[in-house]
Amino acid sequence: MNFLLLSLLKAAVVAVAILTTLAYLQWIERKVIAHIQLRLGPSRVGPHGLLQPVADVIKLLTKEDFSPPQVNRLVYLLAPFLAVSLALTTYAVIPFGPEVEVLGVRTTLQLTDLNIGLLFLLAISSMSVYGVALAGWSSNNKYALLGGLRSSAQMISYELPMAIALASALLVSNTLSLRELVEAQQGYHFGFLPRWNIFQTPVPQILSFLIFLICAFAETNRVPFDLPEAENELVAGFHTEYSSLKFASFFMAEYANMITGCAVATTLFLGGWTAPFPEGLGSGYIPVVVFAGAAGLAMYHGLHPARARDRLTLPAVAVVFAGIAGLFLVPAAQPILRPLFWFVAKTGFLLFTFIWVRGTLPRFRYDQLMRFAWKLLFPVAMLNLLVTGYLVAVFAH
Amino acid sequence: MAVALFLVFAVIAVACAVNLVLQTHPIASAISLIGVMGSLGVLYLLLGGPFIAAVQVIVYAGAIMVLFTFVIMLLNAGAEKKTGRSQAARFLGVPLLVILLGLLSFVIQNLLPPTETVKFGQFTEGSPGDVGRVLFTRYLLPFEVTSVLILVAILGAIVLARKELD
Repeated sequence: MNFLLLSLLKAAVVAVAILTTLAYLQWIERKVIAHIQLRLGPSRVGPHGLLQPVADVIKLLTKEDFSPPQVNRLVYLLAPFLAVSLALTTYAVIPFGPEVEVLGVRTTLQLTDLNIGLLFLLAISSMSVYGVALAGWSSNNKYALLGGLRSSAQMISYELPMAIALASALLVSNTLSLRELVEAQQGYHFGFLPRWNIFQTPVPQILSFLIFLICAFAETNRVPFDLPEAENELVAGFHTEYSSLKFASFFMAEYANMITGCAVATTLFLGGWTAPFPEGLGSGYIPVVVFAGAAGLAMYHGLHPARARDRLTLPAVAVVFAGIAGLFLVPAAQPILRPLFWFVAKTGFLLFTFIWVRGTLPRFRYDQLMRFAWKLLFPVAMLNLLVTGYLVAVFAH
Repeated sequence: MAVALFLVFAVIAVACAVNLVLQTHPIASAISLIGVMGSLGVLYLLLGGPFIAAVQVIVYAGAIMVLFTFVIMLLNAGAEKKTGRSQAARFLGVPLLVILLGLLSFVIQNLLPPTETVKFGQFTEGSPGDVGRVLFTRYLLPFEVTSVLILVAILGAIVLARKELD
């Protein structure tokens, strides 16, 4: 098929999937936080609040688009545009799965594979500070400015340990292309332990993985590092003066960055789309079991409803899950669906960790945040890099 | 395709550079400089140096310019006021600029060794592996000396900052 047409098609599919995920991640986050705090969460719009994201999007689109008179207009408009476009650009290089054949066309489940893929990601993430910093500055508001300043200082500080943690993982894998990174992690130790970078010889990269994850929290301005938007000190931080779709852009950028961070951690440390144990031991049946189990659970609660409307909604959910479980049994669909399942499962688990942490930890104080980055994370990352480099030089080549 | 991209980004780079000088507000100048750095990155990419392009964006457009904007925001620097220009600059500025450009083009045209024009896509040794190999074999000494130089700069910054605290 025509290269341009194929690329456009893949980009459209990825864009639709990511934007839907962005909207529903918000729903998942509100539900998970609610259950951590013994609440129900969104439950009014649609069954189990499932239409809440749609309602939110309509609300944000139709709100009055107000620009305060004191802002620096050009930069004020540029900032949300920068934030969201840079956040979405990163999906161009993330590999979602291996090379597959769909309707007779061989293609990779990735938009493009650069031989500097990881550097591309670092470049984009280093540029994404501008969205927040410029938003804070151009609003001409002291709270927004403080939020922007805090955020730039934080992102500069945490980018260093993050890059060093990435470098030590790269030493083990010996490539910068994200596709080759995943391919280097295929196979199993002793027949069952995956060769993911966190289990890789000669140095398991568990420490780099943890450092990367902590830095990802800081880079996306999430709890416990959400000082740029600390409500009780700064109103809403850098996006105080933004309303309507411009505010929604920052929101989207934050969630897009969160998904990118988790997807990169999955690709780099958790083996991307590879299964956690070999097909011979039955890893191919895990998705079927998971979805069939979910279907069974939903059906059970649908037959013993706690609320009157559960009698209708839960069996419908059960049918959908059973259908997905059935899809995983179709031999032709397996080479596409199984890698995708593992990629989404790992990324989803990391995303759940992000939400879990938000429901669990309090916010850092600003000096604690900086001390943690410079006096703990940075030296540990450096030491990890040195040890990894030494052991790779001795054992690997 | 490559020529079209080159033209687009060369024009953007030059336009941003001119804008950088013309703007009175430091933040506007800083944003223009980011534009210059970013388009230079694309030009490196067109010349077949993906590694240099990525590093250009990470180091210059990312790290260094973020620090610039950070400092401008921290000091909350306002727009510069235009002072009356000196008479000499008003009358001699443009002729001197023309002479400088003329001299530069003369030197490039006549004194530099004649080389073929650059063709896009001919240079293929710019991958991270190639750059790393050359950096750690042929250019090992300059590389190490540069890193010592940066270390000296860091130490100097720390010494200066400590003095202020006492």
